[in-house]
Amino acid sequence: MSVPSAWYLVLAAVLFGLGATGLLIRRNVLVMFMCIELMLNAVNLTFVTFSRDLNDIGGQVNVFFVLVVAAAEVVVGLAIIVAMFRRRAAATADDIHILKG
Amino acid sequence: MSGVVLATVSGLVAQTSGGSNPSGCAIGKAGDSVSGLCRAANSLHISVAYSAILPVLILSIGGLVLLAVSAVLPKRIYPGLYPVLSTVVGGVSLVASVWQWYNVPGHGQGMVEIGGQIFFDHFAVLFAILVSVAVILSSIASDSYLRREGLDGVEAYVLILMSGTGAVLMAESASLISLFLGLEIMSIALYVMAAYHRRRAESGEAGLKYFLLGSFSSAIFLYGIALVYGATGSTELVLIANHLATNVLSNGGVLLAGMALLIVGLGFKVAAVPFHLWTPDVYQGSPTPFTGYMAAVAKAAGFAGLLRVLDQGLLTQQTDWRPVIWVITVLTLVIGSVLAIASRDLKRMLAYSSVSQAGYVLVGVQAATGTGKSAALFYLFTYTFIVIGSFAVVDAIQGQGESRSTIWAVRGLSRRQPLLAAAMLVLLLAQAGVPFTSGFLGKFYVIQAAVGQGQYYLAVIAMLTAAVAAFFYLRVALLMYSSGVPAVAATTPPAPEPSGSTGDLPYGDAGEPTDVGVPAERVGAASAMTTTGLAAGAVPSEGGLATPARAGGASALDVEAEEDVFAAGLAPVPGLDPETADRASALDAAAGDPPYVSSTNAMVIFISVAFTIAAGVSSFAVDFAKAATTLF
Repeated sequence: MSVPSAWYLVLAAVLFGLGATGLLIRRNVLVMFMCIELMLNAVNLTFVTFSRDLNDIGGQVNVFFVLVVAAAEVVVGLAIIVAMFRRRAAATADDIHILKG
Repeated sequence: MSGVVLATVSGLVAQTSGGSNPSGCAIGKAGDSVSGLCRAANSLHISVAYSAILPVLILSIGGLVLLAVSAVLPKRIYPGLYPVLSTVVGGVSLVASVWQWYNVPGHGQGMVEIGGQIFFDHFAVLFAILVSVAVILSSIASDSYLRREGLDGVEAYVLILMSGTGAVLMAESASLISLFLGLEIMSIALYVMAAYHRRRAESGEAGLKYFLLGSFSSAIFLYGIALVYGATGSTELVLIANHLATNVLSNGGVLLAGMALLIVGLGFKVAAVPFHLWTPDVYQGSPTPFTGYMAAVAKAAGFAGLLRVLDQGLLTQQTDWRPVIWVITVLTLVIGSVLAIASRDLKRMLAYSSVSQAGYVLVGVQAATGTGKSAALFYLFTYTFIVIGSFAVVDAIQGQGESRSTIWAVRGLSRRQPLLAAAMLVLLLAQAGVPFTSGFLGKFYVIQAAVGQGQYYLAVIAMLTAAVAAFFYLRVALLMYSSGVPAVAATTPPAPEPSGSTGDLPYGDAGEPTDVGVPAERVGAASAMTTTGLAAGAVPSEGGLATPARAGGASALDVEAEEDVFAAGLAPVPGLDPETADRASALDAAAGDPPYVSSTNAMVIFISVAFTIAAGVSSFAVDFAKAATTLF
């Protein structure tokens, strides 16, 4: 028996929601970063599910684009985080408080 | 390179999904944007129309050449080489875009090229011209900042060129996936640019905030793409439009959710109001010339994507998205203007100002007509010059380490730097929408587009918020022309004067060059000499300001006629404590060393001001505006 594709879509939506919630409530910058990756991979799951539903391979090709973009984001994001928190004990978002007003 | 990669992979997409459109004609040869794209079904040969992606190719290859050149040359032998090269690349891209303008295929109607991924039409070419201009101006303006802050190197210019590549790609994308790729190419480069100043904590913080929130919005945008793909079966805008025009959707909720997520993702990039919270922090923390570039290019590219998605992909669903955009527009107009009043930092104020400017462009987007689209484009085009010029002026005012950044730093600027103050005045008035500037025409045409659609409430709200916004622009203008720093007559020998009631410091003005004993050194040295108690220097007009080609007829800003006395003044008298209060210290800083305007910065400011006035007064430019606003 096969699992209905709606389940995959719901799972992807739940994963996306978890990622978005985690980004908004967690204070560790690296965990926030991982939440963004979770959101992107939830989108990948959506793409693959729709691709199967529509019998169109374009959705699966899109996943490769998203993977490449996510890798590029990791490179730049980790570099910025390292540059920012080189002189600090912990990578927490609570330290980011100079700019306000 | 990214263009080549895109061409290759988009060919792959066309091959793999070619079965759904068995028309079988050669790509780019037949068919147009109206009838849908032409696919080489079941064929492995995809012809790539390189003429369609010429600016993308030039900008990306130019960036890579810059990197290669910097790797070959010994370090710091040619410090001024990279900005020149970057400007040249931007210039070549500008020439290529202008060539494209006169060679748009499909009898000027535009065409879908490269496997349904790229639009080649006037809309795309106009944004290519805009981005090329922004690349040129920002490359010139960044030079003096980066050298002053000890950050000079090739990387900044490579990042400018790469983010320009992404911006042009966004404007010419014909599918949601190439739109996403363009968005990411642009954004990732901009994240690094925001965090570029290694030694300023504010810059790193701005970069991190921009990165986290930008990636968040990109993920939301991507989820929107996935949902629209699921609802319509394609990511190509033409196919989406065809599908929506010919089919009744069985799952309309998925499409609505996808549309909402797309609007949120792009609304973040253009800093529309519920999604604007990153803007002031990022604009304040980023290096100032990069902020100007970011405000011009990221906003323009975001609006290009928004117009592509809403006006071309989802035009049939406009009863769904127009009310949403209406609400966002009103919120952006009102909240952007109100928050700008409360901000006390120059860059922060300009950030909120850019939020409210986004509201005016949204007025044009919301009209969902050709007139509205053209008016939005004209607004973005003129705003590019205004915002890059404004941040170049702010850069000159701030000085070393961006130390003078509050709005009180401009107090008495007209005495110390009359030309700089006049340029800032013109740019502020243009942002406020005063007649005889390009900003007035931009606001006029977007409001006209709204009225043409019967959106009278929106038009009234836009005009009222323009009046509110005029308050904080004019406040800065008044500060510049107020006598916060008492000036002495030019003939009087420089002598300390009793300070006024505001507690500011004495200030002498050795205005005439003949009085100045010290010959003209680089005025930047004056800032170093202020601690010794003597600073005097005069520079004749720099090359950028003496350019005779003035298109506008505004005599108020007679740039080339005046002799520039960029710096003359006495240092604060020792004994007065400059740290008594924030405001007092800001005044001290204002009274100390006058802003040093480098010749490159002066050139950028001059070009911006000249265009702003020329597009506002000359009849030729008004004709251009009218032609531009009836383009589509």
